[in-house]
Amino acid sequence: MMSLERFRSRIGPYLFVAPALAFFAVFSAYPFFKVFQLSVTDWDGISSGFRFVGLANFADIFTDNAPFWISMRNAAFITFLSLTVQNSVALFLALLCDRDIRGGHVYRVIFYLPPVLSGIVVGLIWNWIYDGQYGLLNHFLRWIELGGWSRAWLSDPQLALISVSVIHMWKGFGWGFVILLAGLQSIPRELYEAARSDGANSWVIFTRITLPIMIPVFILVSILTILGSMQIFDIIMATTGGGPWYHTEVPITRIVQTMTVASEFGYACAMGVVFGLILLAVSLVQIRVSKMMRQL
Amino acid sequence: MSDREPALLELARRYEKQTGKKVRFELFAPSDAYAQRIKASAQTATLPDAFGVLGEKRDFASFIRAGHIANLTNWLDTNEPFWRDRFFSRALDVNTFESGNGFEIEPGLYGIPIDAASIQMVYNKRLLREAGVPDGASLDSWDEFRRVCAAVKAKGSSCLVCGFGEVWMIEALASNWAMNIMGQEKVFDTYRGLVPYTDPDWVRVLGLFKTIADEGILMEGSVTMANKMAEQPFANERAAFTYNGSWCANVFRGMNPDLEYAPMLPPRVNLDRPMTVWAGAGTSFVVNARTPRLDQTLRFLLWLTEEPQQTFLAQQTLNLPVNPRVVPALSPVLSAFADDIESSTHPNVYPVHERAAVSEAFQKGIQSILIGQQTPEQVARDVQRVKEKEMGRTA
Repeated sequence: MMSLERFRSRIGPYLFVAPALAFFAVFSAYPFFKVFQLSVTDWDGISSGFRFVGLANFADIFTDNAPFWISMRNAAFITFLSLTVQNSVALFLALLCDRDIRGGHVYRVIFYLPPVLSGIVVGLIWNWIYDGQYGLLNHFLRWIELGGWSRAWLSDPQLALISVSVIHMWKGFGWGFVILLAGLQSIPRELYEAARSDGANSWVIFTRITLPIMIPVFILVSILTILGSMQIFDIIMATTGGGPWYHTEVPITRIVQTMTVASEFGYACAMGVVFGLILLAVSLVQIRVSKMMRQL
Repeated sequence: MSDREPALLELARRYEKQTGKKVRFELFAPSDAYAQRIKASAQTATLPDAFGVLGEKRDFASFIRAGHIANLTNWLDTNEPFWRDRFFSRALDVNTFESGNGFEIEPGLYGIPIDAASIQMVYNKRLLREAGVPDGASLDSWDEFRRVCAAVKAKGSSCLVCGFGEVWMIEALASNWAMNIMGQEKVFDTYRGLVPYTDPDWVRVLGLFKTIADEGILMEGSVTMANKMAEQPFANERAAFTYNGSWCANVFRGMNPDLEYAPMLPPRVNLDRPMTVWAGAGTSFVVNARTPRLDQTLRFLLWLTEEPQQTFLAQQTLNLPVNPRVVPALSPVLSAFADDIESSTHPNVYPVHERAAVSEAFQKGIQSILIGQQTPEQVARDVQRVKEKEMGRTA
């Protein structure tokens, strides 16, 4: 018979991880697999039963669901702007704050404020800024004698997506700023001093020292930016609701609309699976590229 | 429903004082979060004794088919023989499944309404006077409405502001005009697939929105505004008209108590047919089919529909009462909203319902007309294509 001591040493570790494992199984693994199961059904989200429809939901998504792919394109556009403009601004500000400037801590707090705010609150504030008749932005444009540029920014089909992208970037640059600043501050100062004593100017120092060392940080920020931007939702709901037409629809708004308004829960799960697989593929490509860059 | 919270809690307190029975209200906002919570509670069989079902008739039917909602007709006929007298019939219709309904639901009443709602145009009296339109002038026809809009704009105000970012409001207004132009049977035949959306009458309905866009009738930015956002410029007297539900009375009281306004039916395009707006129950409670307290629950819900409680609710929340006997005690604005309830319609009383994907194509198509992206003919073709696809899916 197993002694108590032996039982403890063998079973004890499993008992310690069991609660976490149970939580993971119930709240992560089960919903994950349930989504796959429901994606091949016509469940309406209410009824006690559903019909197995095979891959029909997926076939429809790939062949005849233009709004979903428009929403993917919109999310990709927002992601592209976030990767380039948002992260460039974040890097620029991080570089400024990395120097010993007066009030550096204050700037850090200010730059980190937007990410802390709720997306809905941010959306409502920007609704007021973008208002076509009485908005702050149009008021400012008229003040600097550019009243001809004023418009209802969120309703303009050419500018609605860019307008919500600006909100998303304003809200999101603080994350990148904090991570990039932490990365910059981890670079040994001796490297900069040695380069300067060798006659390197600021540009050479930035391209030959800062950038190569920061590559892992850039990769981390890029992955977080892609995942965060592709899943944008709350700002869209608080500003345009996905309109006008499908100009600001994103995948999550499509999935929610299909689930709650059309009551096509099974179809919405299939959209979620397709969206998840696309995000997974993008992340795998990103990891692959990052490995290649590390080897350079 | 959170704006009703203090009034409902007070009524629960009064009921406990009168009967000794405690009632606990739980109120949730926003509505999407509430709808998801109810669906989750249904899945886990933890629904409360009474609850509201948000969504279309299709969702209501799914709840009933799944055994979550009780048919109340027998209990009411047995215990309250004159129960129908205390309701606007339209408010009951929204909660009723007739025999031969397309959802295969046993005929009967499945919900008790506690307040009513009506969606109409609302106009600002002062802005219209400034535009040369005297109080009481007829704004019945579409052409007259356009002329007034031009006069309002000439005075520097916007004409119409609507929360068209919530696309169901677009459909509500479009469906008012569709029923006025072609009659409700032709609209229903379209839903049945017997009349295409490319029919000239439907193109004419869509064309009204092109006129709205071309003539600058709609306030800039309305096409993506949520209804809450659209209420502000009307309350602040920046727009002369809005299209909104009777619940706006409570909102305007909070935003601008001095606002001079009144409801009116949307202008008619076809003067040979009446204008029929959406109206019916505002908030309804259904009763959990598995509750052991069905009798107590129904007695409380009926108590809420008695005159004293209805008067209290209407005065506190400025929502329309569901009991017609309370109408004389209402403010002039609410009385005017209540006037047209019995001649109104509502998607939940239609004998046939449009598919969700078709409705979405229709609503988004109108948004695209309003931003000048598509013509009415293009939208009609797109909607018809979606219609044919959806009919093929369910054939």
